[in-house]
Amino acid sequence: MATAKRAARPKKANSSAEELLHYYREMLTIRRFEEKAGQLYGMGLIGGFCHLYIGQEAVVVGLEASAEEGDQRVTSYRDHGHMLACGMDPKGVMAELTGREGGYSRGKGGSMHMFSAEKNFFGGHGIVGAQVPIGAGLAFANWYQGNDRVSFAYFGDGASNQGQVYETMNMASLWKLPCIFVIENNQYAMGTSLKRASSTPELYTRGAAFGIPGEAVDGMDVLAVKAAGEKAVAHCRSGAGPYILEMKTYRYRGHSMSDPAKYRTREEVQKMKDEKDPIDHVRDMLTQGKHATPEDLKAIDKEIKKLVSEAADFASESPEPALEELYTDIYA
Amino acid sequence: MTIQILMPALSPTMEEGTLAKWLVKEGDTVASGDIMAEIETDKATMEFEAVDEGVVGKILVAEGSENVAVNTPIAVLLEDGEDASAAEAAGSAPPAEDTTAEAPALAPAAQPIAVVEVPMEDIPEGTTFTSIPVREALRDAMAEEMRLDDKVFLMGEEVAEYQGAYKVSQGLLDEFGAKRVIDTPITEHGFTGIATGAAFAGLRPIVEFMTFNFAMQAIDHILNSAAKTRYMSGGQMGAQMVFRGANGAAARVGAQHSQDYATWYAQIPGLKVCMPYSAADAKGLLKSAIRDPNPVVFLENEILYGRSFDVPDLDDFTVPIGKAKIWRSGDDVTIVSFGIGMQYALEAADRLAEDGISAEVIDLRTLRPLDSQTVVNSVMKTNRCVTVEEGFPVCSIGSYISSILMQEAFDYLDAPVINCTGKDVPMPYAANLEKLALVTTDDVVEAVKSVTYR
Repeated sequence: MATAKRAARPKKANSSAEELLHYYREMLTIRRFEEKAGQLYGMGLIGGFCHLYIGQEAVVVGLEASAEEGDQRVTSYRDHGHMLACGMDPKGVMAELTGREGGYSRGKGGSMHMFSAEKNFFGGHGIVGAQVPIGAGLAFANWYQGNDRVSFAYFGDGASNQGQVYETMNMASLWKLPCIFVIENNQYAMGTSLKRASSTPELYTRGAAFGIPGEAVDGMDVLAVKAAGEKAVAHCRSGAGPYILEMKTYRYRGHSMSDPAKYRTREEVQKMKDEKDPIDHVRDMLTQGKHATPEDLKAIDKEIKKLVSEAADFASESPEPALEELYTDIYA
Repeated sequence: MTIQILMPALSPTMEEGTLAKWLVKEGDTVASGDIMAEIETDKATMEFEAVDEGVVGKILVAEGSENVAVNTPIAVLLEDGEDASAAEAAGSAPPAEDTTAEAPALAPAAQPIAVVEVPMEDIPEGTTFTSIPVREALRDAMAEEMRLDDKVFLMGEEVAEYQGAYKVSQGLLDEFGAKRVIDTPITEHGFTGIATGAAFAGLRPIVEFMTFNFAMQAIDHILNSAAKTRYMSGGQMGAQMVFRGANGAAARVGAQHSQDYATWYAQIPGLKVCMPYSAADAKGLLKSAIRDPNPVVFLENEILYGRSFDVPDLDDFTVPIGKAKIWRSGDDVTIVSFGIGMQYALEAADRLAEDGISAEVIDLRTLRPLDSQTVVNSVMKTNRCVTVEEGFPVCSIGSYISSILMQEAFDYLDAPVINCTGKDVPMPYAANLEKLALVTTDDVVEAVKSVTYR
């Protein structure tokens, strides 16, 4: 039974100015935050691996708009956007990137391993694909406890070829777990393009063998993402089992800060920025629909710049963790 | 020529069984493939088929007979033209040669356990004991904890409807239902990740691996997801869960089914690792493991599943994680072991006693955190140490204990520490080679004689 199907392009929700402004603000916060993170990395304040989310902002912002209080989320190491979108404090996130006491993990997790029990954000996982069964496990807990929460398990086109993803899809469908598998298809698994790694490029059909419905979504369009998210959430909350959303998206930056991105052309990246940018898209709707004046938007830009600048200051000034922290939090 | 039908071995570790029911009677004609009897092993009730054609001449072992040793003649089959007198003659013939003699030396299930010279800790005076097999002790521990906390559930292959591949979860499905005793597909990597996610969300999973050999498919989640998350999250969340199942060599199951992973998990900060020997420790430690807020790897042993030990009749008997147990005290040498290694350690201690060597035998019980103080204190008294384990020699638990003793009891040592381990080879299948590959009581006796210069 192949229930996966290509969905009709979701109808544009009749969005209010308030809603559009919210998406604009959220997406721009992520963009500016990531630009700042890139800058701090260049200054040596952030070490190790740092994977930026620039270009993909509409995915998390749209899906968070479809989530409700109590829903859970888990993702890979490209996680800054997810954390900001679910309401985590930019200061705490940035301070974790700089490895400081004020970070969410008190400096012990870093960019790739961050969590917030309060916001139901379960990481931040550095092993490609490992977050997928964990996300289904969160859904399992919801099923076990009989609540109506759903979990979002985000993973990339690269992770979509991991074996454990399919083991998980099988069990999630078998047990009707309320789990939304969000495949963020940014078209490159590090330096390997989708067509060089995946025998079938239609990742939304990857649940067909398990009877999991899936649909492809324009992941650069926050309203399309939100509409698809609402459909998936309703499906999961109704007890009908898991759902797959393939978000067609794009990352503007390299895989990590140390990636020269020689595997694609400048023109390809520029074309996406010019034609598909998720923030420009909302900005255009706001101005064309006369929901906001250029001055309004400028004020928001300024406000976000301040927010991010304060986060960077906090992350630079917060002290490194005390040396005793080396031996804490290993056991409860 | 009459054919003797022998009590069959129906599992790798079966040494005896119960002839539960005869499905044929004397005078019946049977053909190859006909079911002749039902036989209860330590794991399951199995049907036993005829291999040869013939007439059942005589039934030698009545149904309901217990503890029938493998290879005991249980019936005589007459071939064409033979009559019952042939059966009489065959039936009185001496039993067939015991072909299991070459199998690894395993104490029969009925053999009493070495005398416990040091009393169990924290057990009130006057407590009565019941002898139960390790598998039942483990089951009881899970059942008791599941009654106490409905967040505890069991997940794994064949744990529910099959009642456990090794019968450890027998009866749990009936008591707790399919929501709390969950059969999984054969996908260790996936279900271990799901269980870990459920633990992050506040449930208390018990993940059963049919054997820890299969947990290699899932070790990423045990280490990277379960063990490290508390640290990586700055203490915000962790995985209160137990990973349990058979570990180490069973009997004649070859290299991919016979590895002892004790040292693999014992290395990982964030994990606790238990490896009990006795049924009482299996029960008490598993209860503690389920209650422990950290991920606990609980290493059992297939051969020990059927071994019975005294378990205290207490409503809530727990054994603390991280505390070794001194099974017998002695003055001349300290033998440190854990898991099934304790069998060899205790047998060696008995034999050494006959030679006038007094051995103190310590069961580590928990490998992480390791109770090194009990070992160091003992070696300060005996001045000699031999470690015993079934795993490979390189980077073994014994080698770690040796390093602790070098640092903390160097001046007390009168001889080098000797590590008795499994041999540095993949487990062979051939019975004679397997016997050579395993650590033996002889190895331990020889090591002790060496360090005591006898």
